[in-house]
Amino acid sequence: MKLSKRRGGLVAAGVAAAMMLSACGGSDDNGGGSGGTSAEGGGSFSVYVGEPENALIPGNTTESEGHQVISSLWTGLVEYAADGAVEYTGVAESIESEDNTTWTVTLKDGWTFHDGTPVTAQSFVDAWNYTAYSPNAQGASYFFSNILGYDDLQAPTDAEGNVTGDPAAQEMSGLRVIDDTTFEVELASPFAQFPVTVGYNAFWPLPEAFFEDPEGFGTQPIGNGPFQAEGEFVPGQGITVTRYEDFAGEDPAVADSVEFRVYADLNTGYNDLQAGNLDVLPDLPPDALASAEDVLGDRFLEAPSSGFTYLGFPTYDERYSDPRVRQALSMAVDRQAISDAIFNGSRTPADAYVAPVVDGYREGVCEYCELDVDAANALLDEAGFDRSQPIELWFNAGAGHDAWVQAVGNQLRENLGVDYVLRGELDFAEYLPLLDEQGVTGPFRLGWSMDYPSPQNYLEPLYSTAALPPAGSNATFYSNPEFDELIQQGNSASSNEEALDFYNQAEDILLEDMPIIPMFFDLEQAGHSENVSDVVIDVFGDIDVANVVPVS
Amino acid sequence: MGRYIARRFLLTIPVLLGASFLIFALVYALPGDPIRALGGDRPLAPAVVAQLTDEFNLNDPLWLQYVKYLGDLLQGDFGTDFRGREVIDTISQRMPVTVQLAVVAIAFEILIGIVAGVLAGIRKNGFFDNVVLVSTTLIVSIPILVLAFIAQFTFGLQLGLFPIAGVNEGWYSFLLPGLVLAAGSLAYVARLTRTSIAENMRADYVRTARAKGLPRRDVIVRHTLRNSLIPVVTFIGADIGTLMGGAIVTETVFNLPGIGRAVFDAVRAQEGAVVVGIVTLLVFVFIFFNLVVDVLYAVLDPRIRYE
Repeated sequence: MKLSKRRGGLVAAGVAAAMMLSACGGSDDNGGGSGGTSAEGGGSFSVYVGEPENALIPGNTTESEGHQVISSLWTGLVEYAADGAVEYTGVAESIESEDNTTWTVTLKDGWTFHDGTPVTAQSFVDAWNYTAYSPNAQGASYFFSNILGYDDLQAPTDAEGNVTGDPAAQEMSGLRVIDDTTFEVELASPFAQFPVTVGYNAFWPLPEAFFEDPEGFGTQPIGNGPFQAEGEFVPGQGITVTRYEDFAGEDPAVADSVEFRVYADLNTGYNDLQAGNLDVLPDLPPDALASAEDVLGDRFLEAPSSGFTYLGFPTYDERYSDPRVRQALSMAVDRQAISDAIFNGSRTPADAYVAPVVDGYREGVCEYCELDVDAANALLDEAGFDRSQPIELWFNAGAGHDAWVQAVGNQLRENLGVDYVLRGELDFAEYLPLLDEQGVTGPFRLGWSMDYPSPQNYLEPLYSTAALPPAGSNATFYSNPEFDELIQQGNSASSNEEALDFYNQAEDILLEDMPIIPMFFDLEQAGHSENVSDVVIDVFGDIDVANVVPVS
Repeated sequence: MGRYIARRFLLTIPVLLGASFLIFALVYALPGDPIRALGGDRPLAPAVVAQLTDEFNLNDPLWLQYVKYLGDLLQGDFGTDFRGREVIDTISQRMPVTVQLAVVAIAFEILIGIVAGVLAGIRKNGFFDNVVLVSTTLIVSIPILVLAFIAQFTFGLQLGLFPIAGVNEGWYSFLLPGLVLAAGSLAYVARLTRTSIAENMRADYVRTARAKGLPRRDVIVRHTLRNSLIPVVTFIGADIGTLMGGAIVTETVFNLPGIGRAVFDAVRAQEGAVVVGIVTLLVFVFIFFNLVVDVLYAVLDPRIRYE
């Protein structure tokens, strides 16, 4: 039972207390429970979460808050270890292919959804088709674009982007159910990393109940994970999940129940954590970083996360089309100094294009990421860069980027003698379309966090010709056939080592061409109360709630 | 009286139409592409973008979008947000929170504001009058954001008297945010009451009442106060309308999922249907409470007649 530091006499027995009581009471029934230090009776705890942007449907969840909630409710085909390695602890027994194009997925027996229905090959195939079918307008649709027949599920549009009819098909021809526990996936082009990708939430299975009432499902989802939804998700408030007793995975939930509590403001959550009213805060407010370690002691957590911040170059702009200019600007920035001054050292200076959390990261591989003012000046002169014109630095407004981008500008002015202008007046809704239509006139801020732990996820979606806007995220409009070729070779490599080798070579090209200035790899900070232990940040920056142990 | 009220209600129809079109046009005029922003770092698939654009009529000219919206509205359909959530659900989920907060705030305004005003007013320039003068000046001059954080930190975190955030403890959760929200208006109500009372204390009818030998209590409560309340009621009535619109700062700091935050989020995401739906409703609420205030005048002052 969680003790409140509040004065008991003043506190009316509220909903929270009632829920905690019932949770404790419920735990007596299933006596043994699961392991953990003092988890005899399970217990319960609360987790901070921002308002999820979408209904809680895996195929429509592309942001971190919703992901934190649904990852407690679902288990995918594969799971990822703390170091990002693929583990077959999920629904899949094996995912195999001879040619990296046709993959056979074999499922384990015994997995069930929270409504008791079995998880079958059909559950996956139906879910994937639903997500890919464009009239369903699912945010994660593009994850299936490499599956054969994806294009047939996209509605035709006219020149102005108006939908002109229905898609040609409702099911992707590349998906074939063999039997209840086997299905085949045929890709449009070979992709050796396919098994790595399928742990992402876009690939999770859906029960039949979903297709009967997608809207109702979105507020009270039915998954196959360690926890099941106890009631509906209430916008602005949250959702309570309880342990699913028939969970078929290796790591059942320790706690009896978890309350995901929606907060509007991180600072409020931090205050609630300190007062003992909130148990897990998966993120800390920037203002609190300097003191959080002292305040929280060993309840302060820090781990590298997949987040990557960079300044992209408009390679279509003549001024930045010379790689030497881009190399020079990158060398003129002291990333560590900015991290220390602006972020209390909570960002790691980027020294590669691929983040440290994935296999294939090579420490210090980015030669032009190190501060070298003399070399930078020499390169600029060599390239004939016009220093009389200021450099325009672009970022989206209202998202806390002003300070560090300005710091970059100051360093450029000091180290290179070029003035700068901050262009941070546009909201995301204006900023992104401007990038897509080649409208920016200088280095621009963007971020990336991975969908699945593969170096490919840091390379192909950001710099390949196939990922040019509006369909992709290659906002620099960098295009290099050599790079594309190496990515393709990596995608169709016969082994993981071979693939990594090709991806490394592809990264080497970027390290020379410098389409972006790699700035920071994010560190994720979190805190927890004295009521819980075993809180761990995973590679996605989420808290693995199933393994958190409530201390009674 | 009945005809007067009916006429006032009929007048709301053109006001609502005008207001909703104005808001619709303002949201429409916001720059940028809301659908593109949905995807974030990674753009949505082109066919998905086309689908969403089509679903929300975003390719239509302004007037057609508005007519389509109005057509749905007349059939009782408030529309959905970009996430597929019914706007009417958002309203019905969040309105109770805002109403509770507003009720608590208004209660504080009436209770503390009027009592302090009366006590200050009956002894003009006395000790209590000066205390009220200084304390209200102080409260009015502190921005509500600062007040909210100080109150949360002191009474919530350090003293542990009130919950820091959320609505899990019923009405008790609303006490501190309600007080913070009321602070500014409360000071204003106190000042207003004080001035009005002080003025009426010297009025002929009060002197007459005193001369008749009525108890002091009766003189103040039944004669002076009742007559002094008209400006105060006007102010509180208008304030209810404002508070129903939600208090974005208070709701955010104390994590109350009210209507103010919903509108704020919707404006940022450029969700026309949500903004127009909620704000139009708020315009109606505002008009309604103004009507209530006008009717209350007649109750407070029998000389006022509406025919």
